[in-house]
Parts: sequence; structure tokens; C-alpha cells
Amino acid sequence: MNARADVLPTGLRSPLPRTRLRVALLAVAVVAFAALPLGLKSYGTYLCSLFCVYLMATFGLNLTVGYAGQMSLGQAAFLGIGAYVAAIGMKAGLPFFAMLPLAALACFVIGLALGFPALRVQHHYLAFATLGFNVLVFLVLRNEEAITGGTFGIRGIPRPSLFGLSLDRDLPYFWFTLVSTLLLIALLGWLLRSPWGRAFAALRDNPIRAESLGINITAYTLLAFAIGACCAGIAGAYFSSLVGFIDPAPFNFTASLLMLLGVIAGGAGRFFGPIVGTIVIVLLPEWLRFMQNGYLAAFGVAIVALMVWLPGGLLSLPQRLAASRGGRTIR
Amino acid sequence: MSEFVQLVVSGIAAGTIYGVAALGFTLLWQASGTINFAQGEFVMVPAFAMLFFLALGAPLWVAFLATCVLSMLVLGGAFKRTIVDPLLRHGVIPLVIATLGLSVFMKQGVKAGIGALPYPFPSVFPPGQFALGGINVSFADVGTLVLAGGIVLGLQAFLDRTMTGRAMQACAQNGDAARVLGIDVRRMTLYVFLINAVLAVVAALLIAPSYLAKFDMGETIGLKAFFAAIIGGFNQTRGALLGGVLIGVLENLVGFYVTPAYKEGVALVVFLLVILLRPEGLLGRAEERKV
Repeated sequence: MNARADVLPTGLRSPLPRTRLRVALLAVAVVAFAALPLGLKSYGTYLCSLFCVYLMATFGLNLTVGYAGQMSLGQAAFLGIGAYVAAIGMKAGLPFFAMLPLAALACFVIGLALGFPALRVQHHYLAFATLGFNVLVFLVLRNEEAITGGTFGIRGIPRPSLFGLSLDRDLPYFWFTLVSTLLLIALLGWLLRSPWGRAFAALRDNPIRAESLGINITAYTLLAFAIGACCAGIAGAYFSSLVGFIDPAPFNFTASLLMLLGVIAGGAGRFFGPIVGTIVIVLLPEWLRFMQNGYLAAFGVAIVALMVWLPGGLLSLPQRLAASRGGRTIR
Repeated sequence: MSEFVQLVVSGIAAGTIYGVAALGFTLLWQASGTINFAQGEFVMVPAFAMLFFLALGAPLWVAFLATCVLSMLVLGGAFKRTIVDPLLRHGVIPLVIATLGLSVFMKQGVKAGIGALPYPFPSVFPPGQFALGGINVSFADVGTLVLAGGIVLGLQAFLDRTMTGRAMQACAQNGDAARVLGIDVRRMTLYVFLINAVLAVVAALLIAPSYLAKFDMGETIGLKAFFAAIIGGFNQTRGALLGGVLIGVLENLVGFYVTPAYKEGVALVVFLLVILLRPEGLLGRAEERKV
């Protein structure tokens, strides 16, 4: 597949002298983003927190899709499982920090199980297997009213407190979510630079060759799903505490498609791709609201246009420009 | 017993409609490697186009033909030229995302332009039922069965028996070899897109009377079509029909005898079983992995 050629992990490609500049730029961006809600109203702060929540989920999905090359259209289901596990536990009086690992663990285990179809089928079959899983989870969330509250959902989910500090207000909760997101991203970054990360890329580029080199592709395929799902589970726990109310709607398969879009629009298999992609899926619709009721239609057109012009994602733009300046065409 | 047979008959009728949509989906995949995530919307938009022509005072058959022409131009030709052709060489995923964006655009565009209310759609078949050996069968069910089944089998015959049809199959199996043999691959691929566009209009004509024309009607149809296509076998034309009918019948039976709440889940369970036990589909041939 020639689409694979330009999705090498960023760490393998970036020339060393620019690393320090990158780190500095990144630090500035993080500080600026952390300070951003100071000048925003409560809805703006909510959007920033929501952006962080989706970032956790899309970074996880990028590992599954971008690095390990496994199609997954079930990420919203894991977000939902995480959100419901956390919400049900917290409504029962358990603390957030007890439910967070539980939500992560639940998604890890279910993610492992969802990996099994991936051992048998690939590409479009896998896409629909995971999509089907998402629809099934949605039906369970909607129909099992005794546990999930059905379409009425679960209300009044509390926010946690950290070392005695209440995170009930929007701003502290945003900073809490942001720091958690950065920790998760750092963890994933470390994972992807470890031999595990290389093994995932080997699995994506050529599973049979990877197997012949002694990589246990069964274990790595399952792990790719489980780790990706686990990230979504963590995101789900933050989601339910952020919104305070959950119902099945945000976890339907359309949300999964959007998250996949969040990975692809930035550039699959680029470490920071999900940041750009999540801006597209969370913030772009908000910016397009000036078009009133046609804004989601415009969003659809924007996606099609983006794919037609930049199939490698927005982060492939610099390469693309460099290539056209050099007179070469990039495929 | 009679209610069981009735459920089966109406299930088969619904299933053949899924089969028609699934068939278009399968053909697109075979001919061009396109997984069309907007397939459901490709059914929804023609339903509204027909309603538009009907509102202008045209009779249903004129509206149907006009929509077929329009659909071939827009959902066939223009779709291929502007979206599929530029993206094909980049692999499956960008195309998946692009058709996904297209589906969002079509759905939200209709919602913004026409509204979110369901619109009634006239049936091509006369209302009422007739008794057949003690079982009441509606004209609509029989009509749907005959029309949709006829179209699928006719298309199968076209693909198997005619020169053009066989050329199209050759392109689907091995484009390079087909080109060497002097087949105009681009033209054959275009035919497939045009056929898919017409199939979508037929599915709209058959399904809109019972589903009502609504901006999000495509979500259900699209999903059922995907599942039907894979259950039956992605590389088999008859498979789409078999998969559709299987889903339609099982849904009716589960919805009636077990629980209506999980009716939507039936297709998924069958699909997951097929994936795990027979990934090539019930009628499909296994494709080998390439190193």
C-alpha cells in the first residue's frame, strides 16, 4: 500500500537538530492552551475540556489505527463503556479515582476481546466488525434501563476532588483534565518509542514479515486494540464527570466515525496527528455555527475536500508543499 | 403458524430491499475497491428527489425515471469523478473517510434544506392484502419481492451472460489483465457506478413507503446493506440477496418472538458469527493473503 509510505512514526523521521525547537514550541503551545479558558466563558471552557477528553480517545485510536494498522470503528463504544462504568460507580458513592482504573480495565479487557475478529479478518471486514460492536453496545446502553437508565441516561454525576481541592468549578476541572491528558500522551509517546511501538509498526507494514521476524502478531494485534480501548475508557470517565449527565447518544457509531476522522484528518500514524484531527472534529463544527442550520453539511463538505486534497492528513501539508516545490509529485 | 409464515414473507420482502442496496455496495467494492459509507444516503436522497418531482405534479413513474437519470449523473458519474477517482490510489481509508464526510453532508444538507420531519411516500403497489392458502399476504410484500428479486437476478444474468457484464467482472477480478485483453476498464468501472446509482433509486422507491422519507433513514439502510453484503459474501452478487433476506427474516422473527428492543442487533450477531466462522461470507470465495 503506497499510503503506508508516508505514515512512518514521526520519531523515526524528524531530524535531530530540530528536536529542541519542537519541544520549546510544544511547551509554549501547551501553556497557551492551558491559559486559553481564562479569557473564555463557561461554554468555551467546557469545549476546551471536551477537546482534552476526545484527545485521549483519539490518541488511543491512533495507536490502534495509525501505528498498528488495525481498522477500528468502535472507539465511541469504549468511550461509552468508560463513561457508564465511571458514572454508575460514582452514583453508588465510589470515588472517581477508584472508578478511573476500573473504567480503563473494563475497556482493556473488552478491547482484547474485540481484537479477536481482527485476528481473522482485516480492512473493511474489521471496520464493520468493530462498527457492529459499537451498535451492539449502543443498543445495550439504550435498552438495559435498569442499569444504564436507558434513553433517560444518568444524571448528577459528581466531579472528583484532588488532595482535598474541589474540582467542581469548570476551570480547575479543565486543568485537571489537561494534565491527565498530557500524562496519557506522554505515556503513549514512551510506549511508541519502545520496542513495542516498533513492533506495532511492523505489524501494520507487513504482518507476515513481522511474524517471520519473531514478533508475536497475535499478542500485538490484541494489545493494539486493548490499549486503544483503554485510552477511550479513561477518556469516558473524564467525560461523564465533565458533563455530569450521560445518555447513549454521544456513543453511537457516528461518534466512532468522527473519532476515526480525528485520526485520519491529522494524519494517521503521526504522533501529533490526533491534536490537529480533534481540532477538526470538536472545534471546527463550533466555528462553522455562523452558517446556522447548514453548518454540519458544510462540515461534511470540508471533510470530503480535505481528503481529496490531502489524503495523508493535514500534517502531511509541509511535506506536500516541499515536494511540489521540488517538482516531484508525492503519492 | 400463519403468523410465522406472514413474518417470514414480510421479512423476505424487506430483505430483498436490503439486498438491492447491498448489491450496489458489493459491485462498487468489486469494481473499484470503494467502501461507500454514504450508501444509505444514496438511497435517502433519491427518495426526496422523487418526492420533489411528485410535488411538481409528475406521476410516480415519471418521477422515478427522472430521478434515475439525475442519480446516474450525480451519485454515479460525479461521485466517481470528484471523489473516488482522485482518492483510489491512496488506499482504502481516505476513501472511507471521504464517503463518510459525503454522508454527513447529504444527511445534514437534507435536514437543513428540507427539514427533520418524516415525509409520507406513495407506494407503487396497490394497498390491501389477499389470502393465499389461509395466510394473508399484502400486495406490497409480493410486489417488492417480485420487483427487487427480479432486479437482482436480472443483474446477475447481465453480469454472467452478456459480453459487457463479463467484461465488468473481468475488471473487478484483475484490472491489469482486463486492460491487456482490450477491455475499456474505465468505462466498465463507470458502468458499475451508474448501476449502483440506479439500484439506490430502486431501493428508495421500495423502502420509502414503509420507512417514510426522512433525512436519517439512510443510517439504518446503509448498515443493513453493509451487513447483508458481508454475510452473503463480498465477492458474490447473489450473496447480497441472500444476506439481505436472511437479515430481513431473522429481524422479523426476533422482533416478534424474542424482543423488539434488540431487533437492530440481529444483523450484527449474524454478521459477527459469519466473520468468525466463515469470513469469506456464506457464498463467497476465500481471497488469499498477499505477502
